[in-house]
Amino acid sequence: MSELNGMNRPSKVRAPRVNDETKGFWDATGEGKLLVKHCNSCGENHFYPRTFCPFCFSDDTEYLETAGRGTIYTYSVMRRTKEPWAIAYVTLDEGPTMMTNLIDCDFDKLEIGQPVKVAFIDTGEGTAVPFFAPA
Amino acid sequence: MSIRGKAYIAGVYEHPLREATGKTVPQLHAEVAKGALEDAGLTKDDIDAYYCAGDVPGLGPLNQAEYMGLNVAQFDSTEVGGSSYVAHVNHAAQAIAMGHCKVALITLAGRPRADAKENYRTRPGGGPPADYAFEAPFRPVVTNMYGMAAMRHMHEYGTTSEQLAWVKVAASHHAQYNEHAMLRNVVTVEDVVNSPMISDPLHRLDCCVMSDGGGAVIVVAPEIAAQLKRLVVKVLGAGEAIKHLNGGKVDLTYSGARWSGPKAFEEAGVTPADIKYASIYDSFTITVVETLEDLGFCAKGEGGKFVADGNLISGVGKLPFNTDGGGLCNNHPTDRGGITKVIEAVRQLRGEAHPKVQVANCDIALAHGTGGLLGSRMGSATLIMGGADA
Repeated sequence: MSELNGMNRPSKVRAPRVNDETKGFWDATGEGKLLVKHCNSCGENHFYPRTFCPFCFSDDTEYLETAGRGTIYTYSVMRRTKEPWAIAYVTLDEGPTMMTNLIDCDFDKLEIGQPVKVAFIDTGEGTAVPFFAPA
Repeated sequence: MSIRGKAYIAGVYEHPLREATGKTVPQLHAEVAKGALEDAGLTKDDIDAYYCAGDVPGLGPLNQAEYMGLNVAQFDSTEVGGSSYVAHVNHAAQAIAMGHCKVALITLAGRPRADAKENYRTRPGGGPPADYAFEAPFRPVVTNMYGMAAMRHMHEYGTTSEQLAWVKVAASHHAQYNEHAMLRNVVTVEDVVNSPMISDPLHRLDCCVMSDGGGAVIVVAPEIAAQLKRLVVKVLGAGEAIKHLNGGKVDLTYSGARWSGPKAFEEAGVTPADIKYASIYDSFTITVVETLEDLGFCAKGEGGKFVADGNLISGVGKLPFNTDGGGLCNNHPTDRGGITKVIEAVRQLRGEAHPKVQVANCDIALAHGTGGLLGSRMGSATLIMGGADA
């Protein structure tokens, strides 16, 4: 895949607006770690991370580091633009499905079910945004 | 009929903080919700109605319902400032009195003092919803959010672009008779699938128009209806629902119509087989296919086959739909066309649709609205109406 390195990779990513509820998630991205939230009460993992478990409403939740791997649940390539981009949902091995963009890939060869791995792009402000690329 | 004695306030909670540094607005709403539930001795899953005002970030109740993991059959985001929440109690009591819900949650929360100190960009709604930072970097626009739903539906059920195209073809057959329609040319399946790709797998002609305009509806009591000379339409049943990303258990192959439809049919005392005409929100062709399945006009996954071969064309198929040309050809005022769905259903029930598209003996009709995004979170509302004698 080396020849595809850098393909469809956004040159610039704006830093996300971090708040007190999501600081743990975004701090970890700066270290190249992708986290989800785990509920100690019902055992479910959820995404996007929040204080309250959306399944049982317990506030006994903590971050869980993922392996940063998953499969494409669905995607759509925006073609009506000079620089197309591929929005997608990726289902992580740890369970939750999250929105992302697929990068470093040939947009015409994407497939639902395809294995992907996280590819962080640095924001320059101590955080990174979790994009995904073919594994 | 009144609310007197029909509803009870069972739990309340007042947040103890006066400066909520370290907490987000969605979190504060969840904290007060949890407090009131504990006071009442109820759990989150008992809640079947949610009422909030403009202090909730996002689109009405959609984003906060997702944050809290609610599955609600009734909601209201009436925004009239500080009086909102008192009005919400009234609206909740009315809904309970009518049997539309049993446990309604009303929340207010915010953090203007903490925002001011932390230099947050404040605006009504306390900044962006909790999901924003996890989605905005990936540029979700309307077309790609519906494109992702279509892509998954095709993957799971074998739905094809040609089948989706039939939705547009049917709409165009109807629009040719509407002098106000933006697009009056009749198109073919080939025209649709050969139109430029916008966001895979949706082509330009899979997308609705963008238009100005609008509409209005007047609803009256039976005694007023009896005095009017104009032909009236009877409201028979309704259902509403919010569908969201469910904490990451994502399924884009169905819409909130899965829940709003059965409620409306039950209240109306009719089944999909009784519907002579359907106005189905058609922001995109895929919206129609998923909605028709969810409303029970065909089995899940069979929507593509159902809409094919002109089955939605008035006078040709089994289920005439959007005989004004719909959002795909007629109009989509201010990017939210729900009211036009009700209006064309009323025309059909009055027998006042264009003669070329008027459904014979149209005694029961359905209108369905979809708001928000099929690819993330949406409001769904189903309304069933009948002629004055229904």
